[in-house]
Amino acid sequence: MTSLTEGSAPELVDVEERSRRRRLAFEKWGKWVLPVLVIGLGILAWHLVVTLNGIPHYILPGPVLVFETLVKDWALLLDALLITLQITLMALAIAVIGGVGLAVLFTQSRLVEMSFYPYAVILQVTPIVSIAPLIFIYVDNKMAGLLICAWIVAFFPVLSNTTLGLNSADHNLRDLFRIYGATRWQRLRYLQLPSALPYFLGGLRIAGGLALIGSVVAEYVAGTGGVGSGLAFTILEASYRLNIPRMFAALLLIAATGVVIYAGLSFLSYMLLHKWHESAIRREV
Amino acid sequence: MTPPTTGQRPELMSVNRVGKVFGGATVALQDMSLTVRQGDFISLLGPSGCGKSTALRLMSGLSLPTSGAIRWAVPQEPGALGVVFQEPTLMPWATVEQNVWLPMRLRGASLSSVRGEISETLRLVGLDGFQRAYPRELSGGMKMRVSIARALVTRPKLILMDEPFAALDEITRFKLNNDLLTLQAELGCTVVFVTHSVFESVFLSDRIVVMAARPGRVLRELAVDAPYPRDESFRTSAEYAALCREASAALHDAMGEAA
Repeated sequence: MTSLTEGSAPELVDVEERSRRRRLAFEKWGKWVLPVLVIGLGILAWHLVVTLNGIPHYILPGPVLVFETLVKDWALLLDALLITLQITLMALAIAVIGGVGLAVLFTQSRLVEMSFYPYAVILQVTPIVSIAPLIFIYVDNKMAGLLICAWIVAFFPVLSNTTLGLNSADHNLRDLFRIYGATRWQRLRYLQLPSALPYFLGGLRIAGGLALIGSVVAEYVAGTGGVGSGLAFTILEASYRLNIPRMFAALLLIAATGVVIYAGLSFLSYMLLHKWHESAIRREV
Repeated sequence: MTPPTTGQRPELMSVNRVGKVFGGATVALQDMSLTVRQGDFISLLGPSGCGKSTALRLMSGLSLPTSGAIRWAVPQEPGALGVVFQEPTLMPWATVEQNVWLPMRLRGASLSSVRGEISETLRLVGLDGFQRAYPRELSGGMKMRVSIARALVTRPKLILMDEPFAALDEITRFKLNNDLLTLQAELGCTVVFVTHSVFESVFLSDRIVVMAARPGRVLRELAVDAPYPRDESFRTSAEYAALCREASAALHDAMGEAA
């Protein structure tokens, strides 16, 4: 029998440990390879359905044609994408300022919260498509109208999550702040805002997607085209002309934009939380 | 040299016939009187519902008495009071150093100006070198040490502790009991300590206030005459066992009356 001395000690790997390592290794590559594989198979199936059945491109274009259109119409699509992106990001920025600002105001004064929270809920539960036509009647500037629509959709998750977060500060810590004579501002700055950060970031991720949806839906309602139209109008216009490949290409760009926004906000969330918050910490076993 | 007996020490705080009623009907604390003198280590011992935590909240100024009055014998400047809760109550987003900095930060002191004091306090509680660690990286006992360091960093006149070691395992609790006594001797601070453990209260205190429930009230006050410093040999002495029996009997009376 060999003795288990330091340095030459053989690794003790039991059945459980072996299966755990296998699972870890699988998760490492599976996380990336599997989705890519599935989407690749989906595109292949799409291609086969179109070519084998001889479906005409004005009914369902194949993936190759959609890709070709994306390249051919790139200049036009890029302009539209930039407009949509601009409205989405501006709406998101205003949603963050407005949502966090209102949430802070609400937690500072119960009076303000009781008075105004119902209106925030009303704005949220009323479908944007039903408010948008009115907005475009009262607001001359189309850009401003789109921005207002996207903002209405996006701000509520920021507001409600941040309010929840600001109120979820540990009660013993609140007591401690009181004992040490903290001012209202100090309590907000050093206790409530850090407590609210994970909640806010959760709301922000939802708001990112909603801002995009809001800007697209609003553009559908606004309808008028011309210079400065976004991807939604590109889709509308292409559908009038039965340019189905271009509709798909624009749709692809909207979806890709949504994914990029979500990924970007997730990364931001990870960067801000990974040192301390449970949600971003890897468990050892 | 003998330490001054309780009666000779200057008074720090007096609790005078204090009562607390919640919701107009629930009597959490009735007619409590207690004189806290500088250098005291007082335990409030009793079953749950006896108002010991309520008493602590009243002493900390977090809640106001329904009747009676609490009076500080010395001017109460901020930082004169330190509090340790049952949970470590640390800010998870802040490092150990930033957590201990809190009481001073709230008084406007920059981290660089008080870094020395923070390090010194962390050294006292045995956490030197953990300045940059986050609370989640620490064990339960270490988190509690950070919490104690935060309470001590302003060198308070009075420290209120609300069952601080109740959630810890026995080995860790014994170690922290020993260290707490060493710290108290070193800093000369006054401690009011809430516990439901007879053994802990006898080991730590020079006075034990036995409380009873429904309504919460003080039943009797026991003096623990064993001299400090107390260490592991005291924990296994016949004297300690006898004192524990006495406190246990008093607590039993408290439970019996309440039942």
